[in-house]
Amino acid sequence: MAATRRKAKSAAAPTADDLKAFYHDMLLIRRFEEKAGQLYGMGLIGGFCHLYIGQEAVVVGLQALAKPGDSVITSYRDHGHMLATGMDPKGVMAELTGRRDGYSRGKGGSMHMFSKEKGFYGGHGIVGAQVPLGTGLGFAHKYRGDDGVCFVYLGDGAINQGQVYESFNMAALWKLPVVYVIENNKYGMGTSVERASATKDLSKRGESFAIAGLAINGMDVIAVKTDAEDAVDRARSGEGPAVLELKTYRYRGHSMSDPAKYRSKEEVSKMRSENDPIDHLRQKLIADGILDEAALKEIDKEIKATVTEAAEYAQNSPEPDPAELYTDVLLDA
Amino acid sequence: MPVQILMPALSPTMTEGKLARWLKAEGDAIAAGDVICEIETDKATMEFEAVDEGTLGKIVVPEGTENVAVNSLIGVLLEEGEEASAMDGMDTAGGPSQDVTATAPAKPAEPARAAVAPDSPLQAGGDAEAGLQEEKQYDSFTKLSVREALRDAMAEEMRANGDVFLLGEEVGQYQGAYKVSQGLLDEFGEKRVIDTPITEMGFTGLATGAAFSGLRPIVEFMTFNFAMQAIDHILNSAAKTLYMSGGQMGCPIVFRGSNGAASRVAAQHSQCYASWYAHCPGLKVVSPWSAADAKGLLKAAIRDPNPVVFLENEMLYGQTFDVPDDPDFVLPIGKAKIERAGSDVTIVAFSRMVAVALEAAATLAEQGIEAEVINLRTIRPLDTATIIRSVQKTNRCVSVEEGWPFAGIGSEIGMTIMEQAFDWLDAPVARVCGVDVPMPYAANLEKLALPTPEGVVEAAKGVCYK
Repeated sequence: MAATRRKAKSAAAPTADDLKAFYHDMLLIRRFEEKAGQLYGMGLIGGFCHLYIGQEAVVVGLQALAKPGDSVITSYRDHGHMLATGMDPKGVMAELTGRRDGYSRGKGGSMHMFSKEKGFYGGHGIVGAQVPLGTGLGFAHKYRGDDGVCFVYLGDGAINQGQVYESFNMAALWKLPVVYVIENNKYGMGTSVERASATKDLSKRGESFAIAGLAINGMDVIAVKTDAEDAVDRARSGEGPAVLELKTYRYRGHSMSDPAKYRSKEEVSKMRSENDPIDHLRQKLIADGILDEAALKEIDKEIKATVTEAAEYAQNSPEPDPAELYTDVLLDA
Repeated sequence: MPVQILMPALSPTMTEGKLARWLKAEGDAIAAGDVICEIETDKATMEFEAVDEGTLGKIVVPEGTENVAVNSLIGVLLEEGEEASAMDGMDTAGGPSQDVTATAPAKPAEPARAAVAPDSPLQAGGDAEAGLQEEKQYDSFTKLSVREALRDAMAEEMRANGDVFLLGEEVGQYQGAYKVSQGLLDEFGEKRVIDTPITEMGFTGLATGAAFSGLRPIVEFMTFNFAMQAIDHILNSAAKTLYMSGGQMGCPIVFRGSNGAASRVAAQHSQCYASWYAHCPGLKVVSPWSAADAKGLLKAAIRDPNPVVFLENEMLYGQTFDVPDDPDFVLPIGKAKIERAGSDVTIVAFSRMVAVALEAAATLAEQGIEAEVINLRTIRPLDTATIIRSVQKTNRCVSVEEGWPFAGIGSEIGMTIMEQAFDWLDAPVARVCGVDVPMPYAANLEKLALPTPEGVVEAAKGVCYK
């Protein structure tokens, strides 16, 4: 199969219900992350905390293509992916605060959370490590013949790690059902793609391995779902992996302690005011007569309540029992 | 109700900072995401964004104030429709906030005093019972090479469980770089005996991901020297994820291959990794000597629900030993074997060094010194009970390993004996190790760099003051 760059052939347009769900899911991530930033500021969340604000359309659009039994894996900027795979905001927030009701019982934190039940395999703190791990999840789907696909999310920073190409090679060689989603938010911490990558069109990074690539507007949830559909279908049907470059933007710093001096305020505010994925969808929902202001306000209210509840839960859950220090090192043989 | 704006923590280590500048004035409308003030931390000047929308009701801490403690009240935000009078009765005097909805996390509980878990085999007396159980006896044996024993172990486990598969370089069509996987491709096919490209980091990560999903990969490294390219996945991915996931994510995987010096392959191909992997919680580390060790322990490793690093030795692959015929033969991980009983000095060794120790013991016997030789079989969890019981009998100990002395397995054994059997010692524990240099190529220098029976005899006589 030659490397090609083609648009989805006959992707179904999202229905009104799809659009409502997209709006809900993106707004939940946005509000959840804002609350996480607030709790970090209050000292309730420690260590590193990487927020997903601005990139919501990527994971919400992609996960709309997932089926039960599929797997998802990503880096440390992972809160949005957890919410998009249906993990409970309370358990995620309680892990952020390091409490016993968190998904990892307080032992993983922001960067290390998992839910086998939801097919979410982390949350990995080493840049690029999730790429061969996710390729292995794809390998397992093929080994079992379970029709599953692994969605492997990586950033524009990770794309220059050698293990990414080792993974591309094996995935193409063995036709593994893996969709590599490069979330290009323009900066790997403080270094722009222009300063880090010899070639800037990241959608072409699979070409040496004959993996088809496609660049997608990651600020438009409808485009994400529609344009990615063909690649996901082909991976699922045994045609092998795909590389998708999702052009997106993070509004906040790399982590909470990043003063973001490597880009101008104008750049950030222009992106926020002109390209915000949630604002755009909100306008479309109104323009198409799917939801009116009152209905949208109702969704806002519901999400605010969900996030407030998660934050309270995360503050009221006790710290792990000291005995937990010693558990979960090894399983009993 | 008005929203309290608190001094934020803007880095993992920040406890206080300077309120450099207010960008909003009292009475200004604020939208979520607006920058309301700038805060200087010890590292940088950060912008502080509003989370809620409303009107800035009051500035409590004026700009230019230094040393503002994290979580103290710096301003008040009025929500939609609220008047300034809503702030009446609020304590807006500044200083540490007393009445915020969030409570700071409780002080951490007492710091742990023990460096290892109370029930860890590393802890004094731990695992004593398991360590002292007698090994099952067998009555029928077949002579097998270590190579054949490893192959048979894999074949038997692959027959028993369809989730077990082997991958690595040259394991399939080539029949194994050292012929360990001979015949497996013919029996199990390409789906389960997988030739990989030369891509250690990639295939180790891939196998680890497959193990997260519940499959049981056996990863063959042509030698453990090449696993250095993959050590991030062995530690950061395979060993730590169970803990980081609060017990959700098991990783049943075996990393196996030849370890240590072979013959004349020089520095980059002649290194013992026992102490590297044994350092890490979340891994089990096994290093067999005989063919029976190899078969029984590899079967146990494949069945184990945890990541197991299985350190073989190329020089042993062709050596033959008696292996029990019992189809259920399996050896427990974490249990050492006394290969030779003796009363005068304990010699502890693993892998190829067991043969060196046994040869030394034979020489010592001729000189009237009876050495007890312990074959560790497992490095982590270390069978300290067997070592301690032996030292309590002999009162002297020599550790033998191919690896370098600094922070080696011998260091751990010496420390363990000091902690648990200090009063029984009649001499300091001695170590015989590989010489503290990269492995040389020249035949004479290579020989000088590795432990020899003569060196072990000398060390044993030394601790016996003879």
